[in-house]
Amino acid sequence: MSADTLPTQSQSVVRGSGLGLVLRLARRELRGGLSSFWVFLSSLALGVAAIAAVGTVSSAILAGLDRDARSLLGGDVDLRSIHRPVSAEVKAYVRQTGSATEIIGMRAMAEKNGLTDGRRVLVEMKAVGDGYPLVGQVELLPAMDLTTALAVRDGLPGTVIDRSLAARLEVEIGDQMRVGDGYFELRALIEKEPDRAVSAFATFGPRLMIAMDALAATGLVREGSLIRYHDRVRLPNDVDVSSWISDLKARFPDAGFQIRSRDRAAPGFSSFVDRLGLYLSLVGLTALLVGGVGIANAVKSFLERRTATIATLKCLGAPANVIFGVYFVQVLFLATIGTALGLLLGGFAPWVVATFASSLFPFTVPVVIDPLAMLLAASFGFLTAAVFALWPIGKAVQIKAGHLFRALIQPPPGLPQKAIVIAVIIGAAALTALTVLSSADQKIALGFVAGVLVTFFIFRLAAWLISFALKQVGRVRWPGLRLAIANITRPGAPTGNLVLSLGLGVAVLIAVALVDANLRRQVTDRMPAAAPGYYFIDIQPQQIDDFVTLVKDAPGDTLIQRTPMVRGRVTAIAGQPVDDVAVNPDVAWTLRGDRGLTYMAEKPAAAEVVAGNWWPADYQGPPLVSIDANVARGYGVGIGDKLGFNILGREVTAEIVSMRNIDWTTLSMNFVFVFSPGLLEAAPHSIIASVKTESPEIDDVVQKSVSRKFRNISAIRVKDALDAATKILSSVDFAVRLTAMVTLAAGILVLAGAIGAEHRRRIQDGVILKVLGATRWRVITAHLFEYGLLGLITASISAAIGTTAAWVLLAKVMGADFMFSASAVFGTAAACLLVTIGFGMVGTWRALGLKVAPMLRNE
Amino acid sequence: MSLQTTAFNSKNTSPVLLNLSDLHLSLASAAGQVDILRGIDLQVGFGETVSIVGPSGAGKSTLMMVAAGLEQPSRGRVEVAGHNLTAMDEDQLALFRRDNIGIVFQAFRLVPTMTAIENVAIPLELAGHPEPFDGAHAALEKVGLSHRVTHYPDQLSGGEQQRVAVARAFVADPKLLLADEPTGNLDGETGEMVFNLLFDMQADYGTTLCLITHDLSLAARCRRTVHLADGRITADETVPAVAP
Repeated sequence: MSADTLPTQSQSVVRGSGLGLVLRLARRELRGGLSSFWVFLSSLALGVAAIAAVGTVSSAILAGLDRDARSLLGGDVDLRSIHRPVSAEVKAYVRQTGSATEIIGMRAMAEKNGLTDGRRVLVEMKAVGDGYPLVGQVELLPAMDLTTALAVRDGLPGTVIDRSLAARLEVEIGDQMRVGDGYFELRALIEKEPDRAVSAFATFGPRLMIAMDALAATGLVREGSLIRYHDRVRLPNDVDVSSWISDLKARFPDAGFQIRSRDRAAPGFSSFVDRLGLYLSLVGLTALLVGGVGIANAVKSFLERRTATIATLKCLGAPANVIFGVYFVQVLFLATIGTALGLLLGGFAPWVVATFASSLFPFTVPVVIDPLAMLLAASFGFLTAAVFALWPIGKAVQIKAGHLFRALIQPPPGLPQKAIVIAVIIGAAALTALTVLSSADQKIALGFVAGVLVTFFIFRLAAWLISFALKQVGRVRWPGLRLAIANITRPGAPTGNLVLSLGLGVAVLIAVALVDANLRRQVTDRMPAAAPGYYFIDIQPQQIDDFVTLVKDAPGDTLIQRTPMVRGRVTAIAGQPVDDVAVNPDVAWTLRGDRGLTYMAEKPAAAEVVAGNWWPADYQGPPLVSIDANVARGYGVGIGDKLGFNILGREVTAEIVSMRNIDWTTLSMNFVFVFSPGLLEAAPHSIIASVKTESPEIDDVVQKSVSRKFRNISAIRVKDALDAATKILSSVDFAVRLTAMVTLAAGILVLAGAIGAEHRRRIQDGVILKVLGATRWRVITAHLFEYGLLGLITASISAAIGTTAAWVLLAKVMGADFMFSASAVFGTAAACLLVTIGFGMVGTWRALGLKVAPMLRNE
Repeated sequence: MSLQTTAFNSKNTSPVLLNLSDLHLSLASAAGQVDILRGIDLQVGFGETVSIVGPSGAGKSTLMMVAAGLEQPSRGRVEVAGHNLTAMDEDQLALFRRDNIGIVFQAFRLVPTMTAIENVAIPLELAGHPEPFDGAHAALEKVGLSHRVTHYPDQLSGGEQQRVAVARAFVADPKLLLADEPTGNLDGETGEMVFNLLFDMQADYGTTLCLITHDLSLAARCRRTVHLADGRITADETVPAVAP
């Protein structure tokens, strides 16, 4: 090219830094293969897979719920009424517009007729009318029609029960069973019940199903007993469900029943899945961010090997934007592969859940991929890769071409160019925005982001402090320790990366272990000590004196707490219908169905009133209510505000006059809403009582006596309820631990990558030390010190951060007590220490295994 | 400096291509300030061949870096083809090098992930040349490596790698070629061959050649030899041109 034809510089800038050139150079640079990017790819793939899996499994579960909603609800609409059936007018209207069936649900005690050991089991009894089920089939063993199974044969009505109940009562097909005053013949076991309640928490007892006509004989339908009356409706396909409901409400505005349509077949379960999905996503995101450190390390390490090439390209006239473009394109390419791998792995998750965990769900979990969840996971992947890779690329672009003339080629110290710093900040802001906007609870997501930033800062600061403090130690006499300290404090040492990458993962794991230990302890250790042995429900007012006398007959001291209970639901908050009020999701459960309501003249001694005043004991005025302070906060109401209730079909408005702090974990008898006297006494109600004797054995004796004498009273064994909660906790715990393990795996990957990047230097050190006469043992002990010291300090900081995070989650978010669990913290921290030393020593061992002579010749 | 310039075209009639005046370079070090260049004044004309010799630490490589715009002097002025390099930013310098300066390193500095032809094509590609690989192929032919175009650096001998580097340095027809100990990593015979090649190419392209070497016999093949010691020019000898 002659001087005449040389382009002007402005033309050159455009032509010389074109995308085609950047792509060509990037493609050539990638010829070395992807093997040096395994940490990059696996870190990214792992994080993306975790987020994609959580997102798409949540979607699949909700999709399954939605698909089977009609069957789960048992129709298109469910009308539910507590204590009394819906009116005949409503029933008549319902039957005009669609097919309908009636169901009555209640708790009862079932026994095997003739069994003499007094064994009675609390069951969820369901009496079903003609036409049940409207949707789906009840599958029985032996296979038979439900109507046939429940029909009266030889003067005895039939019953079908859960397999677990058959085992507990040791009943077989053909045996007689007794419920209340009614006798039944066991005809079959229930294999599948299509409308079995979808609940995040198990129901209290196994199912026992009878025909509606046989219910009266049990003698259990008494005034005030907790009986749920359902009218299920199946509408013709051309009828719009929501218009039908609107029409029904308009026709019967004061009917007092609760309506649930198939699009809200299991609102509590949906909310639980959303909530669990949120927490798991955040743990998955932590894994991705830990992986981000690995990405940064991998890119930095790769660019360090490319410094001569970068400088050469600069010498040959490549401007900074070309250099930046060449390496950023490579990062994007790698991010595409890593993200695609992650999506592929995450996409398998619904299949895994559907195949191996289907028994956890009362419906079929479909193997579907949620494109939105995948897109979200991919966005997180690309953004994380970009944010973490930009910095090292920005630094590499600053390499001076003139350094080619010297042995040392490294980026100058300090920040990258301003544009890169701004791009990193924008990327981090985008990552934050994506985290918050995609979260079901933006407050928690924001807290998470703040926590991550603080944690990153703390680990960086810790790494700096470690180096700084060790530098102050001065020269120690023992060469092994001296070498270890030198390795940690030397310029370019990976101390910061090691501390950050492993520390984050371990902190998450410690937090999870602590939360888990706390929840388990509350369920299994602490609560039973204070908790009653049994709850007795459906005690009729006229039975209470005999009940108390009977219970008091038990040997030793017996603590009985009793209170009247009526079921009712909140319909209005501060004058607004509940559907129009945005309440905190934490207290939404109080609005989801009927709650137990009670009344008291005097404030119970244990009640802690935190706002307002209790009513005078002789109060006889308009209804007043005392409310759980936490629920009041969630509703956004205070003293003087009014709440609307529907109690037995009657609309009642009560003024809030006091708020109480309730510690639900004691399992003592507590009510969210306590009314002033004068309102509920007249309503048909039953009494609930808790009994605590001196020992569980006496508890059981009391239960048997009560069940024998009062066949309508159901006993709920607290331990059984706790066992059910523990079972649920175990399933949830598995999912949480699995996701936390992904975070730790990401940390270990990053650790392995950081140690791998050090491998060359280790070899050089090893060679020199060997030449100088160091034995292998001496080198090994030096490295043991180095990694032991780093692991110990990292584990300590992680323990502090993980404990703080668990405390915040338990005490501040969940409002539970926090107890430190030494085994959870120190066990995890010790594992962290071992992993660090283990990985470090593997690298050392490999380096020491090499022969000195060939290495020296190559040098 | 404006990017719009016509200073590089053939209408530039200045006999001086490289003009270094009152050049100083000091670097800070732990031991205090180190003065590497201490007032260099040097003018090199178009088409000249200049060797720069001197003991280690004399400042030879630094002088070359400053001339290539790879290092900014602490004081003084660097002009190449009438352009003040000290007033350019890093990207302007990169583009300037791309269009005007070729460099040959002692350690070859080929990009390991690129084949011989791709290495040679880089300057043309960066300049947006329409057929960079044709030009690169021709340059490789000139250095006798047309049969090794698709080989990667680690598949080539040291001498071959340096010939590729020479082809890459000349391919964009630079006005100034800087060579830093180009035969320092080669055995005597191979070094001689690369040296011959360098001079042949210089003659073909009419490029100004500045060569750093320890080897005085090689230095003597340049028409002019500049002696450097302790950051200063101690001698500047020119061999009279032999009449054709």
